Amino acid sequence: MTAILEVDALERRFDVSAPWLNRVIERKPRRTLRAVDGVDFTIERGQTLALVGESGCGKSTIARLVTGLHSPSGGSITFHGDRDRMQMIFQDPYASLNPRWRVGRIVAEPLRTLRPDTPDSMVSARVDELLRTVGLSPSDASKFPHEFSGGQRQRISIARALAGEPEFLVCDEPTSALDVSVQAQVLNLMKRLQREMGLSYLFISHDLSVVRHMADVIAVMYLGRIVEIQPTADLFANPLHPYTRLLLETIPDLEAPKRDRAPMGGEVPSPVSPPSGCSFHPRCPLAFDRCKAERPLRRAEVHDRRVACFACEEKAHV
Amino acid sequence: MSDIVLDVRNLRVDFPTRRGILTAVDDVSLTIRKGEILGMVGESGAGKSMTGMAILGLLEPPGRIAAGSIHLSGDRIDQLSDREMQDVRGRRIGAIFQDPLTSLNPLFRVGDQLVETIRLHTDLTRAQARERAKALMREVGIPAVEERIDNYPHQFSGGMRQRIVIALALCAEPELIVADEPTTALDVSIQAQITALLKRLCRERGTAVMLVTHDMGVIAETADRVAVMYAGRLAEVGRVEDVVQRPRHPYTVGLMGSIPSLRSDAEELQMIPGAMPRLDAIPPGCAFNPRCAHAGPKCRQDVPRIDGPGAACWLAMEGATA
Repeated sequence: MTAILEVDALERRFDVSAPWLNRVIERKPRRTLRAVDGVDFTIERGQTLALVGESGCGKSTIARLVTGLHSPSGGSITFHGDRDRMQMIFQDPYASLNPRWRVGRIVAEPLRTLRPDTPDSMVSARVDELLRTVGLSPSDASKFPHEFSGGQRQRISIARALAGEPEFLVCDEPTSALDVSVQAQVLNLMKRLQREMGLSYLFISHDLSVVRHMADVIAVMYLGRIVEIQPTADLFANPLHPYTRLLLETIPDLEAPKRDRAPMGGEVPSPVSPPSGCSFHPRCPLAFDRCKAERPLRRAEVHDRRVACFACEEKAHV
Repeated sequence: MSDIVLDVRNLRVDFPTRRGILTAVDDVSLTIRKGEILGMVGESGAGKSMTGMAILGLLEPPGRIAAGSIHLSGDRIDQLSDREMQDVRGRRIGAIFQDPLTSLNPLFRVGDQLVETIRLHTDLTRAQARERAKALMREVGIPAVEERIDNYPHQFSGGMRQRIVIALALCAEPELIVADEPTTALDVSIQAQITALLKRLCRERGTAVMLVTHDMGVIAETADRVAVMYAGRLAEVGRVEDVVQRPRHPYTVGLMGSIPSLRSDAEELQMIPGAMPRLDAIPPGCAFNPRCAHAGPKCRQDVPRIDGPGAACWLAMEGATA
């Protein structure tokens, strides 16, 4: 297998200081938010890597770094492919389509930008074909986005992303604005397109049951760091990090609902002032002194670089 | 039976528009008993929130209750004036909404908001009300109450804010709580904390709860009974384990199948073709018939209706559609 995307020691800091005058008068220090704090992963061609985590963990920032909408503060992103053949699907199909443009123009935009000398007849033939690929009809090209439901709009976003014949798609919560029955339609479509066109996905979601259905590899993020990364089946069969176990615990099981479970306490701390050492230690049932002082790394001798956790390290050595 | 807290009979909510009357809630009948949690589930636009709003008397004009009745512990509440309804809300019905920030006044300390609400509905003095507010905050699991009571809403996290909103809803010991997507804006690990809290409080106090959500997982873990809505109508009503594990309405079957399961390794998710009809284009007969694989001639003509447990489906009710 060959890698299509390699991310190494990626960092992104945001300056969230108070305005200059307040800093001078109120003697407030500069404050930085480490949205992405030393992240590395690799995506193989034709595969899906999913980033999961709760809000504020930095997963959307990574999507924006990979697509070049933000520039990294440190580390590197290496894309082994044609930059023009990377596209993005956004979460909100209401905000990501221009309401004043007809669908045909929206879908044709990447074509007109990337290959400006394509004749009009070929562009419209391609738009018809794309609309059919995503399960819409060619006559929809003359309609405006408001004439479509949420699920249909997300299909339009997918058709637009496919127009540039991408090999790599970044999908930031593509179905979380949709109802479940429509979500199933969009997820099935995305899987079919991956099979037929050999696409690679960076798939971002907070929903572990969606991710289990879509991803080959799952990276679990907490406060800007990857705490665990494993092939999907292994992650669900043998979750290593205590945070991953907490997340798995919260997935409702419809066949055998856990009606009297005791939910785990605590909340996600503010990313502006994360806890010392392992940022999960205040909520962790396994935490000991070392977790407060030192930052755990994913090390080769501990579960083959799959987890960043001292408790797992100790267990592995025993 | 005296332990029925909420009794909704043949409720219809209409929205008159320039192009005609849209029926957002169509002939819905439900009951909730003391200490019972009824889950209302459906996709966006199915009418579940609208039913909750009608019960709270908070329909936005021009929306109005066009037919049916709502009784709260035997008292009819759908014909009360706005002023009378204001008194019922808060004292007898508590409300919890999706976004805790919009339910709290950002300019007042949370303690003052709690004290004001408690004094509005009880005869307690200011000092007594403050003690009661602290007790409520402890009960909903807010740490360091002595300091936190004088904080403003923005100083709390989303999960903590939703706990304050729950405390506000409980202030006057209401008989019924209407919770509209109370966990949707929260992260998954916080969601579980909030639903567990809601469930414990209602069990302890015997409060009836209407839990409106699109999330079948939340319903499966929290509710006792569930009402599935589709295009403004009830599709299926029953005990939660029956509806989740043995759904009878083809829509409920499709809805359950389209949720990615942790147990199945199917390459494709089950899906329901098409989308829910808009309110101005509800087909004749069963609203689900254009998307239903089993629809027969009767389904395209007559509307199947239920007013108790069961599935509003001719196939389920008569065993045949021929």
